[in-house]
Amino acid sequence: MSVSRRFVDLKISSKSLKSKANILVIGVGNEYRGDDAVGPYIARKLKTKGLPRTLIEIQNGEGTLLMESWRNAHTVILLDAVNSGASPGKIYRFDAHHQPIPSRFFNCSTHGFGVAEALGLANRLKRLPPCALIYGIEGKTFEAGAMLSPEVERAAEDVMERVVEEVCKRGRIY
Amino acid sequence: MKSKRTIKVNYLARVEGEGGLTVKLRGDEVLDAKLNIFEPPRFFEAFLRGRNYSEAPDITARICGICPMAYMMSSIQAMERGFGVSVDRQLHALRRLTYCGEWIESHVLHMSMLHAPDFLGYEDVVQLAADYPDIVQLALQLKKVGNEIITLLGGREIHPINIKVGGFYKAPTKQELYSLVDRIKWARDAAFETVRWVATLPFPDFEQDYEFVALRHPEEYAIIEGTLVSNKGLDIPIEEFENHFQEEHVKHSTSLQAAIKERGPYCVGPLARFNLNFDKLSPVAQEVAHDVGLEPECFNPFKSIIARGIETLYACDESLRIIQEYERPEKPSVELRPRATLTYGCTEAPRGICWHRYQVDEEGTILDARIVPPTSQNQKVIESDLLHFVKKNLDLPTDRLTWMCEQVVRNYDPCISCSCHFLKLKIDRA
Repeated sequence: MSVSRRFVDLKISSKSLKSKANILVIGVGNEYRGDDAVGPYIARKLKTKGLPRTLIEIQNGEGTLLMESWRNAHTVILLDAVNSGASPGKIYRFDAHHQPIPSRFFNCSTHGFGVAEALGLANRLKRLPPCALIYGIEGKTFEAGAMLSPEVERAAEDVMERVVEEVCKRGRIY
Repeated sequence: MKSKRTIKVNYLARVEGEGGLTVKLRGDEVLDAKLNIFEPPRFFEAFLRGRNYSEAPDITARICGICPMAYMMSSIQAMERGFGVSVDRQLHALRRLTYCGEWIESHVLHMSMLHAPDFLGYEDVVQLAADYPDIVQLALQLKKVGNEIITLLGGREIHPINIKVGGFYKAPTKQELYSLVDRIKWARDAAFETVRWVATLPFPDFEQDYEFVALRHPEEYAIIEGTLVSNKGLDIPIEEFENHFQEEHVKHSTSLQAAIKERGPYCVGPLARFNLNFDKLSPVAQEVAHDVGLEPECFNPFKSIIARGIETLYACDESLRIIQEYERPEKPSVELRPRATLTYGCTEAPRGICWHRYQVDEEGTILDARIVPPTSQNQKVIESDLLHFVKKNLDLPTDRLTWMCEQVVRNYDPCISCSCHFLKLKIDRA
């Protein structure tokens, strides 16, 4: 390569979601940090439900990987712990196309580029799936090695049921 | 009466981990500049005691989600040296290739997503993307190529699982590596464009008399092995690190701070490597550096962003060279037998040297471990930069000065989780 050579090709490669799944559910969090594990916890349970046209992943919340994961999905549903100071177990639901995501909600991220930043950047770059939902569950403890708190575990069951409903509704539409 | 001012950032954004920053001024006098690190200690060195030598790479990888390779490779190097084994040329090359993947993804994340917004007055990459969407799209794809390299060789992007003391669990076929070539060629062009862009950013006029420290290798741009050298005469094997460097505990940080004995702060990372090992960069990387006006020795820490770009380009170029020369080794790893040893490892993490020391018994059980990550080594130089930068820019309004101080810290891409393994800034003019 010569330095006089200009960069010419800005085309971005495209990779399809595995199989014909076009609904992506991502449980985000650190499984070893108390209630931060709630996203992965729900994702693992959802994997046993046999949801139609749905791919379920567990990620640590690194923003660029999240953006890559949902590239070809029609619907993405993110499940993550929230640390906003509200009562433990409180459930939030955001539609990323219509509501800004407060970064203080999801601040346990790698180099400050996590869930909120990935959603904001994807929105700006028009790289959000047509439907992008976020379920946040207020955590109680984020201590290393801690288990899920009872409040968050109860809320997780509720969120799981709501995600199943969201997926079944959208699975019929798409 | 002298006016008092405090510059404070309670929680520094766009860095890994939890920390803050306080600068205290009285009139034209800068009283103090501190990088406050309050990330809780993580005790990894204690976790290692009583564990088998083979567990060291996987345990230490958990110190960081951005640079796990650095920890894995330093621990692996230490164990292999201690047990008196070395891997063949192809396994060495595969390790170097995996490390190149880590440099690419880590450097691109910092350059384009975290640091570039500072120079142009944007709060974050989301704002930057509104005016520079192509730059951000490019960065996302470039970072992805780094991740792809690590995934192919390491089994997954974060905390690889295919790497062990002695080599790999499975070595890739030639065909598997060749599948990356077109993507890496694209990445090398994208890195070139990124370097050209970051070199046009507005750089503050600020230079310091740094002692740069990096690994140096006679035949290659040192990444996974070498001796420790500096621009002020240091030239030692890695096992002599403790004779020349010391770490100390300071009240305002849960991370130890390192210094060169009797000389003080030193600087590790891309700018140090660029200055000390420019002659070992590939011809194309050297040519691009000349083309954009970055010459060794560069003493402006803000220009570390260009050095990161050059290293990203180099990592792509080096990856291509390695793949072209690759022949699948007969065995993916070498056999080894543990023995009692006091042993050392040191590799170049994206942020600088990552030094390890292990004492292992004849059964291969780790009796003692010491890990010195790059950010603990850069802390003192960051505080020194803050002090001198504020002294030089006292006439700036507090909000502008606060912004610039944050940028001073981010010049070093600090990974606070690694060092104590976070960041808030406060300028006190009171």
